[in-house]
Amino acid sequence: MKFLKGAGSVFANIGSTFARGDWKTKLSYLLFGFGPLLRGQTVTGLAYLVCEALFIVYMVFFGAKYVSKFTTLGTVETTKVHRVTTYGDNSFLILLFSLLTISLIIAVAVIWYLNICENKKEEALLREGKKLPSNRQVLGSFLDGNFDKTLLTVPVIGIFVFTVLPILFMICVAFTNYDKTHTPPGKLFTWVGLSNFRELFGIGGGSEFSSTFFQVLLWTLVWAFFATFLDYFLGMAVAILINRKGIKFKKLWRTILVITIAVPQFVSLLYVMKMFANDGLINGYLMKWGWIKSPIPFWTNPTLAQITIIVVNIWIGIPYMMLIATGLLMNIPEELYESARIDGASPFQMFKSITLPYMLFVTGPFLLTQFTGNLNNFNVIYLLTQGKPQSMSLSNNAGRTDLLVTWLYKMTINDSNYKMAAVIGIMVFVVTAVISLVVYNMLPSVKDEGGFQ
Amino acid sequence: MEKNTASMKKRQKIGNFFTYVVLIIISIIWLFPFFGLLMQSFRSYDPAVEYGGMVDYIIPKTFSLDNYRFLFSGQTNFWRWYGNTLIIAVSVSILQTIIILCVSYALSRMRFRGRTFLMRSWLILGMFPGFLTMICLYFLLSTMGLTQSGAVPGLILVSVASSGMGYYVCKGYFDTLPIALDEAARIDGASRARIFFIMTIPLSKPIIIYTALVAFMAPWCDYVFASYVAFGEDKSYNVAVAMTRWVWTNDYQGYFTRFCAGGILIAVPVTLLFMFLQKYYVEGVTGGAVKG
Repeated sequence: MKFLKGAGSVFANIGSTFARGDWKTKLSYLLFGFGPLLRGQTVTGLAYLVCEALFIVYMVFFGAKYVSKFTTLGTVETTKVHRVTTYGDNSFLILLFSLLTISLIIAVAVIWYLNICENKKEEALLREGKKLPSNRQVLGSFLDGNFDKTLLTVPVIGIFVFTVLPILFMICVAFTNYDKTHTPPGKLFTWVGLSNFRELFGIGGGSEFSSTFFQVLLWTLVWAFFATFLDYFLGMAVAILINRKGIKFKKLWRTILVITIAVPQFVSLLYVMKMFANDGLINGYLMKWGWIKSPIPFWTNPTLAQITIIVVNIWIGIPYMMLIATGLLMNIPEELYESARIDGASPFQMFKSITLPYMLFVTGPFLLTQFTGNLNNFNVIYLLTQGKPQSMSLSNNAGRTDLLVTWLYKMTINDSNYKMAAVIGIMVFVVTAVISLVVYNMLPSVKDEGGFQ
Repeated sequence: MEKNTASMKKRQKIGNFFTYVVLIIISIIWLFPFFGLLMQSFRSYDPAVEYGGMVDYIIPKTFSLDNYRFLFSGQTNFWRWYGNTLIIAVSVSILQTIIILCVSYALSRMRFRGRTFLMRSWLILGMFPGFLTMICLYFLLSTMGLTQSGAVPGLILVSVASSGMGYYVCKGYFDTLPIALDEAARIDGASRARIFFIMTIPLSKPIIIYTALVAFMAPWCDYVFASYVAFGEDKSYNVAVAMTRWVWTNDYQGYFTRFCAGGILIAVPVTLLFMFLQKYYVEGVTGGAVKG
């Protein structure tokens, strides 16, 4: 509703400015920045004019030929006759550059509108008999009033090219048949509507892909739950132990734990992976001591692999939580504990009714980001098991410990199954977004901001 | 009454004793892998001396520096990989910090049209898994010639380009700096840029160190994208890609102990740096966690 109102006022503004404006303003509707140029605003006017000129050159020499094929993603196949290859359309380039062109068209439309607003503003100033800012002042404003634009230009462009554009591209790929049998430049790919999503949900005959997806999704959620909450509570417990009155060398204990954060994960995780291997240290010692006859299959038995991963993740996760909890625990007023002790509360009761509520209240948003981070915890899974062990009941190379992200990675790297990888990526987004939205609105610190003050 | 406090003291002593026991066990568990890594790095891979693959004991039978000699000898590109990672880590750390400071200042101190739109859309973009866009990024980099032999600048570009989205912790810190300072300076006629450079940045030393440290640590673990971009070009691998190969190929060729030695050479300087700046890290992490 608000959006419609906003759009309405934009159009009203465009119309009224044209009707009321002088000829300079009217000409600016065609030639960007013409009004400012004639009114002596050389810098502003030139900037607008250059934008328009660049855009026209871009469209004529580059954009138009791609965007015109956007609806089909190319029709001319690459052919090879007598060792001579004639390249046809490249669907990849068409899709990518079409999206770029469409984004640029939107950007230029915004610039056009800003140009109209600029004209309107200048006319209003002149009508009131005020002077327009000099070119110097305009340039200087980029270090003062308009400093935000100076600061944000580079980051916003970077994020657009390396994040927004690729994500738009992959969202589109989810609606095409881009896979290893349709790889440009040799082959074309094209729009297929919702058929990939139909395969994912097994609509029209339950597919192997669909059952695999739901199994991987289930494990992803189970993993994220355990990885988040076990680390959270155990980390808090360790922090409480270290914070105990009368315990010496507090700094030493913390430093020992913090080493796990400091050592690059690929070193520590790969070593730990080898430690638990069939011929690794742990099995080696257990067999030498005669506790077991044959090695425990830490990584090859599906259930055991899942448990081992969660346990190893505790090893990684406790130090983070310990650091965070240590700082926060010291913020709890000591008097609360004093009065509870006088009332005869046991340590566990104090934890349950003072420490835990406070911690949950303060770290609610942190828990949420931890949870969504664990949904996408690529490194731990990939360095430890690469998603293995494989299973007959899972298709598309998925293994028993694969998360959606590691599966997505395998699909891209090993199978070139880009369309389904894109679909999985969108599903990861949906899961993350839904959980974030639901949990965020349930958080006590959001519902009741001053609750603990 | 006296008896009561005495029993309480006794109870506390017992409690402390058990706490120490638990803490010592925890320390052993946490340090064991690193101790193992260090010990194995001193085991020779030369079959005439010992064995370089997996064994079932932790203390080497003979201590040797063979693995380190191998790494220093230049038979592999080890120092090249090390240099690549160091270059990436230092550049990313500097550039990313600059970008995050710029974005955080603009979002924290200035009110402009599209501010909430920008923050909301970045939040939503952050919910897409990073590896989704891998093929597209690879294409973008390869058109610029920044894959394979150009992978190092390519990796820097990708990590820096999107870093603006990681402004949360830094903006949270800027929000706590009193805005009255800014206003006073503006009344005295200072421009926004001047305030940013002369006042805000010097006041933000802890958060700058935190941001730079986190950015510096990340490239040492970057396996996924680095292996994709540098694929097949040994000279542009970073340590994670190159040495992961050593573990996943063949143990019996003795690369396991060499991996351990390399791991030590990588872990020691990075860990020392981290320990040195630990105070700032803790501040940043705790501040970030509380604000979300």
